[in-house]
Amino acid sequence: MQALSELIDQATSEIDDATDLAALDAVRVSYLGKKGELTARLKSLGQLPPEERSGVGQEINRAKQEVQGRLNARRESLDSAALEEKLAADAVDVSLPGRGSSIGGRHPVSRAQARIERIFANAGFGIRSGPEIEDDYHNFTALNIPENHPARAMHDTFYLPGGNLLRTHTSPVQIRSIVTEGVPIRIIAPGRVYRCDSDQTHTPMFHQVEGLVVDENISFANLKAVLHEFVEAFFERKAELRFRPSYFPFTEPSAEVDVRWGDDKWLEILGCGMVHPNVLESAGIDSEKYTGYAFGMGIERLAMLRYNVTDLRTFFENDLRFLGQFR
Amino acid sequence: MKIAESWLREWVNPELDTEALSHQLTMLGHEVDGIEFDGAGLADIVIAEVLKVSKHPDADKLSLCNVNDGSDELVDVVCGAPNVVQGMKTPFARPGVTLPNGMKLRKAKIRGVVSNGMLCSAVELGLGDESDGIMSLPQNAEVGSPLVDFLVLPDAIIDLDLTPNRGDCFSVLGIARDVSALTGAELKDTSVVAVPATIKDTQPVELVEPSGCPRFAGRVIRGIDLSAESPVWMTERLRRAGLRAISPVVDITNYVMLEFGQPLHAYDFGLLQGPIKPRLAKSGEKVTLLDENEVELTADTLVITDDSGPIGIAGIMGGLSTAVSDKTTDVFFEAAFWSQDFIAGRARAYGMHTDASLRFERGVDPAGQGRAIERATQLLLEIAGGDAGPLVDEIIEEHLPVRGEIALRKDRLTRLLGLEIDDAKVEQILSGLMMKIAPADGRWNVTAPSHRFDIAIEADLIEEVARIHGYDSIPETTAFSEAPLETVTESKIDIGLAAATLIARDYQEVVTYSFVDETANSAFTGSASELVLSNPISSEMSVMRASLWPGLVAAAATNSARQQDRIRLFEASKSFHGKLGAHTEVVRIAGLAAGPVRPEQWGSATEGVDFFDIKSDVEALLSLATHAGECHFKAAEHAALQPGQTAEIIRNNEVIGVLGKLHPRLAKNYDLKKAVFLFELDAEKSLSSSAPVAAPISKYPAIRRDIAVIVDDKIYADQIVNAVAATSPKLIQDVRIFDIYKGAGIEAGRKSVAIGLILQETSRTLTDDDADIVTAAAVKKLEDQFAAVLRD
Repeated sequence: MQALSELIDQATSEIDDATDLAALDAVRVSYLGKKGELTARLKSLGQLPPEERSGVGQEINRAKQEVQGRLNARRESLDSAALEEKLAADAVDVSLPGRGSSIGGRHPVSRAQARIERIFANAGFGIRSGPEIEDDYHNFTALNIPENHPARAMHDTFYLPGGNLLRTHTSPVQIRSIVTEGVPIRIIAPGRVYRCDSDQTHTPMFHQVEGLVVDENISFANLKAVLHEFVEAFFERKAELRFRPSYFPFTEPSAEVDVRWGDDKWLEILGCGMVHPNVLESAGIDSEKYTGYAFGMGIERLAMLRYNVTDLRTFFENDLRFLGQFR
Repeated sequence: MKIAESWLREWVNPELDTEALSHQLTMLGHEVDGIEFDGAGLADIVIAEVLKVSKHPDADKLSLCNVNDGSDELVDVVCGAPNVVQGMKTPFARPGVTLPNGMKLRKAKIRGVVSNGMLCSAVELGLGDESDGIMSLPQNAEVGSPLVDFLVLPDAIIDLDLTPNRGDCFSVLGIARDVSALTGAELKDTSVVAVPATIKDTQPVELVEPSGCPRFAGRVIRGIDLSAESPVWMTERLRRAGLRAISPVVDITNYVMLEFGQPLHAYDFGLLQGPIKPRLAKSGEKVTLLDENEVELTADTLVITDDSGPIGIAGIMGGLSTAVSDKTTDVFFEAAFWSQDFIAGRARAYGMHTDASLRFERGVDPAGQGRAIERATQLLLEIAGGDAGPLVDEIIEEHLPVRGEIALRKDRLTRLLGLEIDDAKVEQILSGLMMKIAPADGRWNVTAPSHRFDIAIEADLIEEVARIHGYDSIPETTAFSEAPLETVTESKIDIGLAAATLIARDYQEVVTYSFVDETANSAFTGSASELVLSNPISSEMSVMRASLWPGLVAAAATNSARQQDRIRLFEASKSFHGKLGAHTEVVRIAGLAAGPVRPEQWGSATEGVDFFDIKSDVEALLSLATHAGECHFKAAEHAALQPGQTAEIIRNNEVIGVLGKLHPRLAKNYDLKKAVFLFELDAEKSLSSSAPVAAPISKYPAIRRDIAVIVDDKIYADQIVNAVAATSPKLIQDVRIFDIYKGAGIEAGRKSVAIGLILQETSRTLTDDDADIVTAAAVKKLEDQFAAVLRD
C-alpha cells in the first residue's frame, strides 16, 4: 500500500495539473469523494488493530485536511483567473464618446444680462421690468423730454397708433418703479429696447440695463463708486474709468463713462447722472429731500467687449455655430 | 460740428497741443468724434506769381506761363486752367514734389513745350472737392514762401459731437468760450465795430408776432461788386467746416454763423415788396424755398412775409422768390431771434434739417443779432464793396428770453456731488462761464449769460461747476442706502432655472426680434395682429409677435440651410396680445426641436425627435414648480400644428401652453424637411410655484400590482391613470403605464394597456389582501367607466 505522504504528493500534483474547475472537482472526488482514496483509507481503519486505529486515523485526517486545503487554494486561483478573463472580455474603449451627452447654452446677451443682474443683486439692487409697448408719457415726457425736444429726434422711435411706441430705452421703468414703490429705491431694470435704426452697428432691437438709486443722501460720488465696482466685477479685472460730461434730459449732472481699453483707447460703455429734479417731481417725490442717480448701459456692448464679439448683428442671426461658443 | 483748430485758436489759444486740446474738449462734454489733419503733405508747395501768360502754340486750352516761384530764376510752366491770368498768385509745385494724391511731378514736355512744374488747383492739393481752375491767392501772399504757412496748414479739423442742450456751442465763439472757462486762456474780444451808414436805404420790419420773433436785425447794402470773390482765408475756413464756397454774400452769412452761432439770411433787396413781417402761417399757404421745393405750410409754422406773402420759413430756410443771385447788387441781411418754442420740431415736421434749424431749435443768443449784422456788413464791404444803410434792429424786450436768478446752495452742491469745492473756486468757475454771481448767506445767486439756454435750475449750475472742476476730481464713495433688502421669492420659479433646465436638456437659447412678419404671425397664431407698427423698418418686422414660434422656426430654417441637421432652440421672452390699449405683454418660454433625438452616436440608433421627446422636456420644465397643481395634456387643434399631434397643457383648468408638431404645410414654407416639434408656455402660469411643504415619508414597504386591460383606442392614457388613482387615493401612491400594445390578439380599434399600481400606507405594512381589494376596485372602475376587459 502506498504511503500517505506519497498519496499527498500525488494529489498535490494532480491538483496543480487541474486547469479548470471540472478537472479540479474530479481530483477532489478521486481522493475525498465517497469512493475516493483517502475516504477508502478511513473506511479501512476498522481492519487495523484497535491500538493503531487512533494514530493512523489522525494521520489520514491530517492528509485529508492537507488535500482539502490545496484543493481550496487551487479553486480560488482558478476562480479569480476565470473572473479576470470575464472582466477582460467586458473591457470597453473608454475613448468612445458617451451617449446623449450634449447640452445647450444660453444666448451671450442673456448670459451677460444674468451676470449683470447677479452683480447688482449682490449689491442689494432689486430687479424690475416694465412694458415694452410704452406710452409717450413714460418714455419721454416723464423723463423731462417734452415734445419737440431735439433729444427725441435722436431716439428713432418705433410708433404704434394712438401715441404708443416701443420703448427706446429702459428708463421708463425708473418712473414706473418710483411711482409703484416709492423711495428709497435701489433697482436695476434690464430688458429689450427698440430703435428704428439698422446698419452695421445698430440693430432695431437691443438690450439695456437701467439702474436707479434714490435716497436722502445719494451723490455723484456714490454713482462713480458703484459703476467702477460694477465694471471691475463684470470684466473681472481692475479697470480705469473716465466720467465725462454729457447730456441726458433726465439726469443733471449727466455723464458718459468710458473704460480704458488697451493702452490708449477709451471705449464708451454707459451713460449716467444724477436724477433730474423734474423726473423725481413728476413721479411725486420731493426732490429737495431725495436725490438719486441713474445709469443705463447696452448689454450687447458689454457682451461684445467681454466675449470678443466683433459684429453686433451676429447676436440676432442665431447661428448655432456662433451660439455654441457660449456654453 | 467740425471746427478747425486754427480758427479756434484765433479765439482762444491755451497752451495745449492738439491732442491735449481735444482731450479737454471731450472732458468738457464736447465729445471729439475724430480729428482729421487737413492739408498734410503740402510742405513743398510754394506761392508763385504768374508774370506772363501766353497761348500754347499747339493747344487751344493750354497756356504758357512765366512764373516767379521766389527762386533765382523764373520758370516756364504749361497750365491748363481757364482762370490763369497775369499777376495771379497761386500755389506752385516744383518738379520732384509729390502731391497729396500721390502724383510726383517731373519736368515734362506738354505738347512739345517743356513745363517745369505745376500751378495747382485746390482739388490737386487735397483742399477741396471741386475747383474752377488753379487756386487764386490774395496779393499779400509772399512769393516763394510755403503755401502751408500762408493757409495755416496742416490744420486739425476737430469733429465734435455736441449735445442738444448746448446750442451756444455751435460756433467757434461758443467752443472758445468753454475752452476759455476751462483753461483760463484769454478769450478774444467779441465786440465788433459798428459800421457807419453811408446811405439812407433801409428795409422796414414789423414784429407782428413778438412771442415768436422778438428781435429782428438787418441792414441794406447796395451796389456790391458782382465780380468780387470770397477771399481764400474765408473759403478755406468754410471748407474746413464742411461748407462749400458759393458767393461772397452767401459765404459771409455762413461765415458769421460759424463764427458767432447766429444764422443769417440774405435777401435780394430789390425783390422785397413792402415791410418784412414775421408771422404764423395760414394753414395751406405755400412757399417755394431756396432748394426750389414748394412747401405747404401748417398753421404752427412761423414764416417771414412781405407784401407778396411768405418769403421763407423762420429758422429753417429762406424762400426762392427773394433769394440772392449772381445778379444781386443790393442785399438785405437778416439776423433774427426766433423763439425755440416756435422752431422746435418744425424742421423734423418738414423733413428739413438745416444749419439754421439746428441752431435755432437749440437756442441762439438773443443778444447776438446786432453783432452778427455788423460783422456781416464789415465783411461784405471789405470783400465786395458797396454802401451800407443804417442798422435795423427791431426789439420787443418783454418777449426776449429772460435769464432769472438761480440760487446755488453750498450744501446742496456738496451733497449732490459728494465733493466739497472751495467757494473761491466755485466763483471762479461760474464767472469764467460768464455767469453773474451775487454771494449770499450759504449760497450764490447766479444769473446765466444770454447765450445759455440750458441753465434753468440749481442742478444745472451744479453740473457746470462739476464740469469745469472736472468729473475726475469727484471721489468714489460707497453709498449707504436705507432701501430694504429684496425678497427672494419661491412663488415663482426663476426663469434662469427654467433656462438651465432646457440647456441641460440640450436646448440652445436664441434671441429673436419682438416684431415679425404679419403673415408669419397670423400663420402661427391663427389670427391677425392688432399691434402693428406705424413705421416698421421692413415688412418682415412690422407687427408685434403674438407667439415666439415665428422667430424660432425662422432661426431653425436659417440653421437648417447652414447644414445643421439637429436643431433644438428655446427663447424666453415676451409676446404681445390683444388690441392696443387693452393689450398684454406675456413672458413665454418656447422651444423647438428637429432632427435626431441625440447627436449621431456609435452606440445608439439615430432616431428623429417625436412628440414624446419634446413632451418630456415640457414635463421637466413644468415639474420645476412645487404644489402648482397637476398638469394634463389635452388633444387640441392649433393653426400652426399638425392635427393629431397637438396638445394643450392645462393646469388648474387653465390653458398654460401648447405643444405639438409643426404643420407640414408651414414647415414646407420654411424649407424644413425634417419633422419640427414646438412648445410654448406662459412663463408666469407654468412657473408659478410655492415653497415646498414637507410631509413624513412612509417607513413601510410598498407593494406593486400590475394589471392589463383592453380598452377602446380612443380612451386617453391619462383618463385611465386618473380613474385608477381616484379609486383609492390614500393607498395608491403612483400609477404608471408601462406598456401599450395594439395588433395580433387585440381586435382592431382597441388596445391593451398595462398598468402598474404602487401601493403604500404611511401607518402600517399593507397585506396582500389590501392590495387585492384595491386592484379589484381599480379593475371594476375601468370596466364600468371604459368598458375595459381585464387581460389574463
